Amino acid sequence: MNWWSSPASDTQVTHGDRFWLYVVASIIMLLLVLPTFIVIPMSFSDSQYLEFPPSNWSARWYEVYLGSTKWMRATATSVQVGIITMLVATPLGTMAAYALFVSGHRATRALFLFLITPMIVPVILIAIGVFYAYGRAGLNNTITGLVLAHTAMAIPLVMIVITAALRSYDLNQERVARSLGATRVKAFFLITLPQIRFSVVTAALLSFLTSFDEVIIAIFVSGGVNATLTKHMFSALRDFIDPTIAAISTIMVLVSTVLLLLTQFIGAREK
Amino acid sequence: MASNNNSGSGHDATALPIHISSLTKKYGDLYALDSVDLEIRSGEFLTLLGPSGSGKTTLLMAIAGFNRPDSGSIRFGEQEVILTPPHQRNVGMVFQSYALFPHMSVAGNIAFPLKLRGVSAGEIEERVTEALETVQLSGLGERGIDQLSGGQRQRVALARAFVFGPRILLMDEPLSALDKKLRERMQIELKILHRKLGVTTVYVTHDQREALTMSDRIAVINHGRLAQVDTPEVIYNHPANAFVADFIGESTMLDLDQDKAGNLTYKGSKISKPPSGGNADGWSLVVRPEHLSIMANGKASTDRTIVFKGTVTETVFQGETAFSIVAIDDDTELLVRFGTGSKAKSTYPQSGEQVSVGLGRDDAILIPREDQP
Repeated sequence: MNWWSSPASDTQVTHGDRFWLYVVASIIMLLLVLPTFIVIPMSFSDSQYLEFPPSNWSARWYEVYLGSTKWMRATATSVQVGIITMLVATPLGTMAAYALFVSGHRATRALFLFLITPMIVPVILIAIGVFYAYGRAGLNNTITGLVLAHTAMAIPLVMIVITAALRSYDLNQERVARSLGATRVKAFFLITLPQIRFSVVTAALLSFLTSFDEVIIAIFVSGGVNATLTKHMFSALRDFIDPTIAAISTIMVLVSTVLLLLTQFIGAREK
Repeated sequence: MASNNNSGSGHDATALPIHISSLTKKYGDLYALDSVDLEIRSGEFLTLLGPSGSGKTTLLMAIAGFNRPDSGSIRFGEQEVILTPPHQRNVGMVFQSYALFPHMSVAGNIAFPLKLRGVSAGEIEERVTEALETVQLSGLGERGIDQLSGGQRQRVALARAFVFGPRILLMDEPLSALDKKLRERMQIELKILHRKLGVTTVYVTHDQREALTMSDRIAVINHGRLAQVDTPEVIYNHPANAFVADFIGESTMLDLDQDKAGNLTYKGSKISKPPSGGNADGWSLVVRPEHLSIMANGKASTDRTIVFKGTVTETVFQGETAFSIVAIDDDTELLVRFGTGSKAKSTYPQSGEQVSVGLGRDDAILIPREDQP
């Protein structure tokens, strides 16, 4: 049992000493991911119903998903809203984070908290509020409405990621650039942005995911031809349950995982 | 050194004078700059010296354009710049943190101000090579910033600040991140570089030795006001007030009395006449450790020497010099510094020994008394 008695870190603690730590950590990790991954085998079932473990294997539910205009349109809506949200929230959130970071004004803390409230307030409250406001503005069931609401949800994430990046950045670099002849805007684009670019990309991916995974607001304000994938999935779960849901879930898990892994890799490069 | 600015258009092509008048900057109720007037001569090396929070950096940033004073004027030559944004001031700047651009090579950093000015690629290469040569980094142009030592980074920051030919160079404690040996070498190099470039240089430091080493003139600043502006020699040997005397060099301050004949006395013994033209409520005597000497066997005072009697508290060896602490009464101690040379340790004043300490009358520095600084 060489591994068992070898040190687990720079200290004298061995892997054997950490046995129970490993057990507990494994259980927690399993509990976290099992509910997610259980849909993967279910999606490959031959059965009409959700079944675990599946008695017969088949990819027929993927064919159903890919062959259904309804599901395809919903997917297109989700991707479209996700991309527009990303394109709107990333620059806005970056600008807000930058402004609050450099200003040093007394009110910046309060403003920061104000801008990240969408993260703190229960989403259902936002959804209800947005639904009534949109009712008046005629924005329910529109792409614009959905993008606006999702942008509000994504901006806090962008701000947090960008603020963290700016904290480890020496703002004197911008000052030097300005003394050397660059305007503020040039100093930002030539000096600051290239150094926080990985964080900006991370923030963009997170904004896309925020929108793509979002269901509660979508249930309230999206519908008809502009219903999102998540909204359709929710309705499908309520009305009739078949393994198409599992197939779609698997695809979504895949997309989310890939994007999150991407942000991790990108984050590691910036360090 | 460059000639004084005789106002008019005829200033040096390589340097500009800076005229600062009644410059005031408040943060809340606190005056960071309190009506500062300062004439920085064309081509001189002027150091702003003061403790942290004295306003020296605020003043430098105001010259660079990074903070806007509440009132007053800053002119580069004849041009008022108080409202000019930093990028139009044409001022080279070196920060304590160097603030090199890590996503560019050494050459990329130095080329940055040239590119912004639309200089042609061929000329950029020429001038970058030349600048690298000036700071003794020839051949390192393609290096990344993270491959450089602290001293090399300092040189790159410097090259970047002067490569575009600014007529004013500002430096904010540029050497404080270096270790002592390197710092002392860079001080000399900066001085030589300044002479070579001939550019008006404003240098901020809290290190008085650095200021004394490098400057043509020093502006001592405290609580947002200039305490004294003069050459290092005058600042050191003739401090204008208690703050300067205390901040620059080591010193002990003794409050003097005045006898009926008008002579200044300390504990009844005559020190000197009041300085002519001086007009103060009272006077203090500033005593520097290196001006004092321990007199053999308490030899009688001559006319040229002021004598204090006291007891040695402690003697400390510091390498090239040593000092003794001598208590001349219950709450006054004098530091006496002496060269160690070939002196044997056994001949140093011993703790508890009664000694006489002499001060040459020429070395007596008198300053107006201040009740509480």
